[in-house]
Amino acid sequence: MNWKRVFKSTEFYVAVVLLLLCMAVQIKSGQFFTGNNLVDITRAFSIPAMFCIGEMFVIITGGVDVSFPAIASMSMFIVCSEMEHMTSNPLAFFVVAMFIGLAIGLINGFIIAKFRFPALIVTLGTSSICFGIMQGVFKSREYPLCAPLYELGQTKLFSVTNSVSGLTSDMPIGVILMILLIFAGWFILNKTMLGRGIYAIGGDVKAAQRAGFNVFGILMFIYAFSGCMAGLIGVLRSTMLLAVHPNNLEGLEMTVIAACVLGGVRMAGGKGTVLGALLGMALLTIVDNSLILLDISTTWQKVFTGAIIIIGTAASALQAKRDERKLTVKLNEGGK
Amino acid sequence: MSDYIIKATNIKKYFGGVKALDGVNLEIKKGEIHCLAGENGCGKSTIINIISGFYTPDEGIIEIDGQQYDHMTPQLAIASGIQVIYQDLSLFPNLTVRENLALNMEVAAGRKFVNKKRMNSIAEAAVAKLGLDIDLDETVENLTFGMRQMIAISRALLNDAKLIIMDEPTTALTKREVKTLFKLIKQLQGQGIAVLFVSHKLDEVFEIAECFTIFRNGKNVATGNTKDLNQDKFTFYMTGREIVSTRFEYTAENAPVVLEVKNLSLANGFKDVSFELKKGEIVGITGLLGSGRTELAETLFGYHAAESGDIIIDGKKVNIQSIKDGIANGIGYLPSDRVTEGLFLAQPISDNISIEKWSDYSNVLGAVNRKKVDDMTRQWAKELSIMLHDIHDDVGTLSGGNQQKCVLAKWLALDLKVLILNGPTVGVDIGAKFDIYELVKRLAKQGLTVIIISDDLPEVLTNCNRVMVMQSGRLAATLSTQGLEESRLAELAN
Amino acid sequence: METLKGFIDKDKNLARLLIVFVVVFAICAVLKGSLFLSVSNFQSMGKQFPEFGLLAIAMAFTLFTAGIDLSVVAIANLCAVLMAKVLPTLITPDTAASQATMMILLACCMAVMVGVLCGALNGFLIGVIGITPILATLGTQALFMGCAIVMTNGSTLGGLPKQLSAGINSNVAGIPVTILIFAVFAVFSAYIMSRTTIGYKLRMLGTSEKASTFSGFSNVKLYITNYVLSGLLSAVAGIIMLGRFNSAKADYGASYVMEAILIAVLGGVDPYGGKGNMKGVIVAIIIVQMISSWLNMYEGISNFYRQIIWGALLIFVLIYNYIVNEREKKKAMKG
Repeated sequence: MNWKRVFKSTEFYVAVVLLLLCMAVQIKSGQFFTGNNLVDITRAFSIPAMFCIGEMFVIITGGVDVSFPAIASMSMFIVCSEMEHMTSNPLAFFVVAMFIGLAIGLINGFIIAKFRFPALIVTLGTSSICFGIMQGVFKSREYPLCAPLYELGQTKLFSVTNSVSGLTSDMPIGVILMILLIFAGWFILNKTMLGRGIYAIGGDVKAAQRAGFNVFGILMFIYAFSGCMAGLIGVLRSTMLLAVHPNNLEGLEMTVIAACVLGGVRMAGGKGTVLGALLGMALLTIVDNSLILLDISTTWQKVFTGAIIIIGTAASALQAKRDERKLTVKLNEGGK
Repeated sequence: MSDYIIKATNIKKYFGGVKALDGVNLEIKKGEIHCLAGENGCGKSTIINIISGFYTPDEGIIEIDGQQYDHMTPQLAIASGIQVIYQDLSLFPNLTVRENLALNMEVAAGRKFVNKKRMNSIAEAAVAKLGLDIDLDETVENLTFGMRQMIAISRALLNDAKLIIMDEPTTALTKREVKTLFKLIKQLQGQGIAVLFVSHKLDEVFEIAECFTIFRNGKNVATGNTKDLNQDKFTFYMTGREIVSTRFEYTAENAPVVLEVKNLSLANGFKDVSFELKKGEIVGITGLLGSGRTELAETLFGYHAAESGDIIIDGKKVNIQSIKDGIANGIGYLPSDRVTEGLFLAQPISDNISIEKWSDYSNVLGAVNRKKVDDMTRQWAKELSIMLHDIHDDVGTLSGGNQQKCVLAKWLALDLKVLILNGPTVGVDIGAKFDIYELVKRLAKQGLTVIIISDDLPEVLTNCNRVMVMQSGRLAATLSTQGLEESRLAELAN
Repeated sequence: METLKGFIDKDKNLARLLIVFVVVFAICAVLKGSLFLSVSNFQSMGKQFPEFGLLAIAMAFTLFTAGIDLSVVAIANLCAVLMAKVLPTLITPDTAASQATMMILLACCMAVMVGVLCGALNGFLIGVIGITPILATLGTQALFMGCAIVMTNGSTLGGLPKQLSAGINSNVAGIPVTILIFAVFAVFSAYIMSRTTIGYKLRMLGTSEKASTFSGFSNVKLYITNYVLSGLLSAVAGIIMLGRFNSAKADYGASYVMEAILIAVLGGVDPYGGKGNMKGVIVAIIIVQMISSWLNMYEGISNFYRQIIWGALLIFVLIYNYIVNEREKKKAMKG
């Protein structure tokens, strides 16, 4: 373990800030490190964190995918509204949603890999198309959740009750899926040649091609993976909310991207770790959660989120600037 | 078995209607150090891409170690022992040395999973082949270009290479690093590995290559042993012209001092630099990369603000805190990296050339007078013999030499007192090089004071009347170039 | 004929767009005949496009410098919300008409200043601190929208003086006021971008930050000017929205960001920076408005289908521009 490198890394700083924040909230409200608050935080954290995994693959290659909320919402709504009476196996819903997400992801990947357009703009387009299909063609609206998924959503891993407030929080079984996805993401990035290829593309696309990496294939994979996972996460979310809300994932893309960047995933590509992205997301989640504990009205949520994003990205930008402008001539200090 | 590692005969290659290669031959013996030279656009890159399997020739035969190949592919080329090290090195700046060394092999072997132990052994084997002393866990982007080149070469050797092709390998190296590279090439020769060295620097061709091949306009113009070559023949083969270069004589000894620098210092840049420039002089600054010469030039221009010392122009002390100040005081700067610092490649030639005159050419509402811009561009294009198709084409469509002339035009449009040229002929064809030399000498005779920062000692000796040598941030020597021997200057510079 | 060819060669992009304009106009006219070609249709089209047209121009300004401004809509809403908070306190039902007009104009000036300040913040974060534009404007978008949410408490603000909406929705010599406002700012923007030194410098900056520095330009000043212009135009868009909807909300026009990017890209602005001009953007605005109005004439097609069409159109335009550029590059290589 090269400790010098650890202390210099963004992940370390975010972890420190996170810890300080948690302690500050605990001191002020006394409610932070309670069982039920931690469960609530984990619930709030799980969905965005899962999106972070797929998104960081994209950012490391130098792109940005803003279509995953649309893919998730559309896939979720289609399966929940159309498959209601077809099956009682919750697994079927997940699988079909993943297929839908995979299809859209492949379209994203193909256009971006073939034409090298800015990923931000292409995915803005597909995002609009997906929301349009969901709202226009499928006439989306709030909906009660069908029985198979409802039952799944009610299954809990365990419950925690807060003795002071009497509130009970349930840890949903979906958390297992989150852990599996995080592990899968970590494994792909660190233990497979595919992962090395993702970093290689982010470092130098031409060199990656010359080295023999299948650049086109890898780019297709990351967008397809992001889309497929989005389908999965959309349905999972409906089980956690115990209802179908087709519109309130809108805007999440910005939070997820910000979380990745705060955690050290470089916007220009080539750098970033799963731990970093998760720490960044944890920071944003806890900031939101703390407002409630500190009795600050939730109308202030966006202001705080915006402020954190600005401060966090400013810090790393200033550091990068300082490194760039450094002069390096070794002077002969002795007199002439 | 053959004496030749590669024999390419009568290679023809067309792109659209353009003939890139018109029946060229290239023959390299095993273990030979061979130099391939030629101006930009002569077909050097094309023949390399054909030999390494990226392009298929439209006509011609490729023989590698006696075996003929009809359909060369990159994989076949690598399997036959041909390795190319491109000018940009094709490394991954965000990954570690270890990963850069091992990844290509792992990908070629079709691996799916990362095996740390296997990658380690590959990396260590590579480093051992050249006896490199390097931290395998360091991220490549933190290394110097010279170190990165060593890594690229180590990587190339992993694949049982028989021929290593190096594309302009010395462009970004210091003199010391070039020496290390040449030692390495001789080492490779000792191991029976042939090296094809693409370069247009004659001194390097002489120093390291045994044989040479020169292309011009897609055709062979000369092949032979380097001991039969000299400067004039080389220039003639490369350009097709007889170019005579005359040494710059400075005669106005009583001219006023235009620029005086007193005890100028910049932390991590240079210390206590003092000198005087008289009007119409062309003074060279040479020294290793990292000696502070670029930092000095950038400070005079205003990119850095000096921490102590004075800059005096025409007898008056001036305060240069920004590039705007530098330009306002009559100092212009042609940066060493013209592509990213000197020009806007995706913008029209006319905008690139007129850029410093926009405020002069604009009216009270801020609108730029387009006619004045166009007229001025045409005038300078004529004056500097810039070969272009239309002044509104993107400047990126021009050749290196013509691009450099555009940067010159941009500065000459201003009434400058001092023009600093940093590496003015890097990546410029010999023909355009001499054009630029003649131009600079003419400007000096008309009263412009010029500073040329260069690694190219013959260039400095021919075109400057004085030369200053920087070493570790200090001005180590100032000499007249009259009668100065290149070897003496080389000694001082290192 | 020679001047026509000269015109086409000089700005191939604009020529292409004008052809598209004529074609789309013809299709709409043929398919919806008298409904499309009526004065009332043109008037209603005229009332709608100024707000997203101004946002598109704002976005185009930032795309020129290889940046992007994701906060344009948030700035517009914030300015509208501020005006909606201030005006009801200044103007009561018994305020004299002339005094009310004065107050409204003052409030508009305040709104524009707020837009300028928001833009300056963006410019500062991007030019001085060095945060990449996507992230900086992502952060400020959340910040500005958050401020608007706090000020409105999440609800819609109404109670505006009737002179405001009457003014914005009125016509001057048959031409809607909103079009006049748009025209003034559109011409102003086009002039700045393609004729003035500032426009030239912004275009250069979009191509290469380093070369811009080495030419002696202040990148900081340029970035701030760039995003201030964007903020200013967004504020004006917000004022128009306030007048048209007669209310203010923190999240009106959420889809306008994507539409603005679509229009800018359709208008020939290269998202990688340095290429394009405002004339193309203006033609693109009108094309998009025509398609929008034409779609409205079909009762079966709900608003949501428009989202599908814009998304698909954006991707189609990118691919089309790409193919045309490749073809031109091949021609240049041969010549």
